[in-house]
Amino acid sequence: MDVYLPIANLSVNGLWIVALGAITGVLSGLFGVGGGFLTTPLLIFYGIPPTVAAASASTQVTGASVSGVVAHSKRKGVDYRMGTVMVGGGIIGAGIGALLFRFFRSIGQIDVVISSLYVILLGSIGILMAKESIQVLRGKSGQQAARRRHHPLVANLPWRWRFYGSGLYISPLAPAIVGVGVGILTMLMGVGGGFILVPAMLYILGMSANVVVGTSLYNILFVTIATTLMHSLTTRAVDIVLVALLLVGSVTGAQFGSRLAVRAKPELLRLVLATIVLLIAFRMLLGLFYQPDEIYTVYPL
Amino acid sequence: MAALMLSGQRDPLLVPEVSQHEVQVRQGFTGTELLLFGAVLDPAGRTGQGYDIVVVLKGPSEPVRLREKERFAGVWVNAQSTDFRSVPSFFAVAASRPVSEIVDEKTAAIYEFGTGYIQLSPSGSINPAEQLRFSEGLVDLKQRQRLYKQDMSGVQISQNVLYQARISLPSNVTTGTYTAETFAVTDGRVIASAEATVEVRKVGFERFVEVSANRWGLAYGLIAVFLSVGMGWGAGRLFARL
Repeated sequence: MDVYLPIANLSVNGLWIVALGAITGVLSGLFGVGGGFLTTPLLIFYGIPPTVAAASASTQVTGASVSGVVAHSKRKGVDYRMGTVMVGGGIIGAGIGALLFRFFRSIGQIDVVISSLYVILLGSIGILMAKESIQVLRGKSGQQAARRRHHPLVANLPWRWRFYGSGLYISPLAPAIVGVGVGILTMLMGVGGGFILVPAMLYILGMSANVVVGTSLYNILFVTIATTLMHSLTTRAVDIVLVALLLVGSVTGAQFGSRLAVRAKPELLRLVLATIVLLIAFRMLLGLFYQPDEIYTVYPL
Repeated sequence: MAALMLSGQRDPLLVPEVSQHEVQVRQGFTGTELLLFGAVLDPAGRTGQGYDIVVVLKGPSEPVRLREKERFAGVWVNAQSTDFRSVPSFFAVAASRPVSEIVDEKTAAIYEFGTGYIQLSPSGSINPAEQLRFSEGLVDLKQRQRLYKQDMSGVQISQNVLYQARISLPSNVTTGTYTAETFAVTDGRVIASAEATVEVRKVGFERFVEVSANRWGLAYGLIAVFLSVGMGWGAGRLFARL
């Protein structure tokens, strides 16, 4: 099924794009990650211009997270207060990210910056998650994982709020700072930031595990809406036909994913996510050191 | 014709035509094939003399910056770059025989008879060897995107009068005005040339999407957001009932 993409300026096999959307949708429902870290590189690999790929992927993530948020809020899995504080930080972060993007682009190093970020972040988070889930699965430190506490630095911040959903009494500055960090990465890496948000919520903020996925999706939803609008106004690279195709796959995938998430063991889920994240980090690492397929890159002036 | 012959015109006349003067890019567009054909008329009525035909099809040009990756401390990073002022978005050459057998290198360079002779107008002053490396890199990249090509047996000539060449446009072509230049060559000399244009443009929904994205960015973005929120929410409702 050939579909012509009017903004990307090329025709693609529509079924492949729908399938790609479905895979990222399952991931998003299952783990609370947007799936952008998978969609963007795969779209680029398919031959879609990088800017169009990043912009359209962020719009698709919006749709995938809506159905996730709906599914999770039904079982009270969203801490709206915490999420809203993070969104505020995220929008500021996206603005900072856009400036950084422009700077690295002007000195021609944006590709290397993006690849290095992927390797460092995905690599360290993957290892962290894999280590813990293996420990828990073996039953060695099950008790330690059950009694989760937030990072000591978080406790030192002034001006505390109660976050009932998360079962926390901490300063709103902590989630806001996390939000800024994730917002910067969203704009730079063309991803929703869920794969960073989820571990940050678990290990830095110490939120209770049953609201982490839902709240992460809630944050991703609003940050990707802001990113889409920013792209529509600046790069004009959102391809609505591409978005629609990706969405058909991902909204259905997300529903299946969130159903599986309720049934599966959380430690096992985290181990699977850790494996996927590590594989992508490894692929990106190879890409930095191996001779690239294309030595030359064209930038329109 | 008669007037030309009477006036003692000795050079032959080239009458070119293109199968379609407008290529419409719409849903389901997967590329198209242009047929460039025509006739060479020799006023002197000599039919024994052979001609060679070279057809050059060029898309709209744009200025670009080309960056080159180099290994730095084991990591591949963008190092040098150079600017080109006029890089055609599409370039295809078809000839009836290998160009090197038809004309000398100088003539080939003047008329851009080949992907190696595209006038890219590099700007900035770097040495010619580096310049050449960059140009070759750019042409190689575009060739693999199927946007630059040459076919040295792509023109068929029948009975020294009629010629035809087929050039395929891939789906990733840029819209704009394309020029098809046809050259008749004999004894290493271009004796006649003619130009035709082909308009490649988006029509219907595809054009509407492109125009909206460029003119009404905010509204376009909001529609994209509503589309994705709507589809996501709709799927959630649908599955909740199942």
